[in-house]
Amino acid sequence: MTTSVEANNAVDLDQPYLHMQNLVKEFDGVRAVDDVSLTIKKGEIFALLGSSGCGKSTLLRMLAGFEAPTSGSISLAGQDLVGVPPYERPINMMFQSYALFPHLSVWDNVAFGLRREGLPKEEIAARVTQMLELVQLKAYGKRKPHQLSGGQQQRVALARSLAKRPQLLLLDEPLGALDKKLREQTQLELVRIIEQVGVTCVMVTHDQQEAMSMASQIAVMSEGRIVQIGKPADVYETPNCRFVADFIGSINLFQGRLVVNEADHVEIASPECLHHVGHGISGSLGMPVSVGIRPEKIIISAAPPEKSPAHAPNAVQGEIVNLAYLGGHTVYHIRLATGMVLHAAAGNIARHAAQPLKTGDAVLASWSDDAMVVLTQ
Amino acid sequence: MRGIVTEKLGLHGRHLVIGVPYLWLLICLLLPFFLVLKISFADMEVGNPFGTLLSYADGALMLKLKLSNYLYLLEDDLYVLTYLSSIKYAAITTVGCLLIGYPFSYFMARAKPRFRPGLLMLVMLPFWTSFLLRIYAWKGILANNGLLNDLLMSLGLIQAPWHMMNTPFSLLIGMIYAYLPFMILPLYSNLVKMDVRLLEAAADLGATPWQTFWRITVPLSKSGIVAGSMLVFIPCIGEYVIPELLGGPQTLMIGHVLWDEFFSNNDWPTASAVTVVVILLILVPMGIFNKYQSQQQERKA
Repeated sequence: MTTSVEANNAVDLDQPYLHMQNLVKEFDGVRAVDDVSLTIKKGEIFALLGSSGCGKSTLLRMLAGFEAPTSGSISLAGQDLVGVPPYERPINMMFQSYALFPHLSVWDNVAFGLRREGLPKEEIAARVTQMLELVQLKAYGKRKPHQLSGGQQQRVALARSLAKRPQLLLLDEPLGALDKKLREQTQLELVRIIEQVGVTCVMVTHDQQEAMSMASQIAVMSEGRIVQIGKPADVYETPNCRFVADFIGSINLFQGRLVVNEADHVEIASPECLHHVGHGISGSLGMPVSVGIRPEKIIISAAPPEKSPAHAPNAVQGEIVNLAYLGGHTVYHIRLATGMVLHAAAGNIARHAAQPLKTGDAVLASWSDDAMVVLTQ
Repeated sequence: MRGIVTEKLGLHGRHLVIGVPYLWLLICLLLPFFLVLKISFADMEVGNPFGTLLSYADGALMLKLKLSNYLYLLEDDLYVLTYLSSIKYAAITTVGCLLIGYPFSYFMARAKPRFRPGLLMLVMLPFWTSFLLRIYAWKGILANNGLLNDLLMSLGLIQAPWHMMNTPFSLLIGMIYAYLPFMILPLYSNLVKMDVRLLEAAADLGATPWQTFWRITVPLSKSGIVAGSMLVFIPCIGEYVIPELLGGPQTLMIGHVLWDEFFSNNDWPTASAVTVVVILLILVPMGIFNKYQSQQQERKA
């Protein structure tokens, strides 16, 4: 392990490590990956996030060498990868549902790649032991894959893909085959191991929670293109378009027009209410925009109608038409006068509220002037 | 009424359904086998080809088992040598079918899905023509004045006809040709189900295509190889028609000996003894196959 960590430190961490330039992949004339350019830094855990068919898996398969790009270039640490067969790339992949060799024991699965390198026996034994220790499966070396639980198989797959000390680790839906509870535990465990080894990692997932908890950078993909790249918090809090806002988490979108455009604040009028946004945006007066508000940023209170102001900014009145108690928080569906249904989430701070909100209650929903994101496209 | 009967006998629809194939096996397989077994222990009697094992005379029930039919098989070299040669030709045929059939099945299984039915059709197509006719056709190809010799001579590759008919070569050509589909079909159905991601995983871990083939594809298709080999080897041992038409004096096989004993010598007891030994020869590899299969199934479960 020490060697790869040292190698990690020797390179300037801000240098582009994996570089994709204008990458295109066509299948029968249909573009699965459409002009993707990406730069990934060394030591990063980079997630490609998108729904199925968005091209993320094709992109990963091009990195592994299973698909040849129609055009464009891929380079890793300055070395051009296009045309290099998968078995000569310093890249290893953890496959979706693992692809462990069913006829080989756990030990032989992990040793498979090392044996192909022609390493001496003692070296192989030492490295396999080290890998199995890393994933805490040292006692399971003699078992066959089908004798292991899903979580254990996942760890064998990880050990196998790390055994050759790859320069780049690819994870294809790494936790997709695990049930929810195990998935949450494994996310952090996986990150711990990857960081301990210090390997640069590109993962593909359709699960935004998985991408947010594991990755240091996320690229959101749609229809073969990258829509937004950023840290998990950036992608969630400042999505750059309606697609990303809607794809990551849930969001309430108000359609409106820009009516006040100042450097330090803007106001947007929508049929529901006036939105007072506490920061400036680049746009012109009268342009149509969307205002997005995440459910958890909405404060709801039972409000007698006569007390609430008719047209206060950042506040709407409505009636609860539906509520879902989810343990940690409750999601309320509030129908507004315009017919729009607002989603709001409130943490269940008290075990039993004295006067819980219920379906049919009239409520006032409001939010602060920095809770909104203004989307122009 | 019917309900009472079925209840009393403990019969249910399920038992009846399972019973039908068992009844079929009993009448068409077990009964004839015991008849043959009985004859193999009997004396040759004129007018009573089945012989008598049990006789009752003077208040004594006599069971007479004549073992000399079996001892005779050991005494005469002919039988032992013929058994060995049958096993030899069956084994060579099996290996030949495997060498030709494996690449064939492999490329069929890796072909684009829309081409696969067509390729499978090509394998099955010969079955639409009479088996006998197809073997006869080989006679026309391999004969001294046959198609192959004509072609080779007109190309100037050989001066005199190459003698191929009625040799081990022509026999093996015919056997491999006839049994190839039985190797290809189980191999194909095994290979087509193989998870392609395993091959990708092997490539990803640094295995060249050749290494991937030997380390992953071949071990994982073991059950297909075993099934195909059994399907070829077992009927090959008892093959009669192909050696009769394409074989020669050097290629004596047990099917021919069996025919001679039954129909030329009319020696049913010896013929039956030969048959019983053939069945034993076939049962041993079958037993191995079954054991292997059940082990595989256990592993899957």
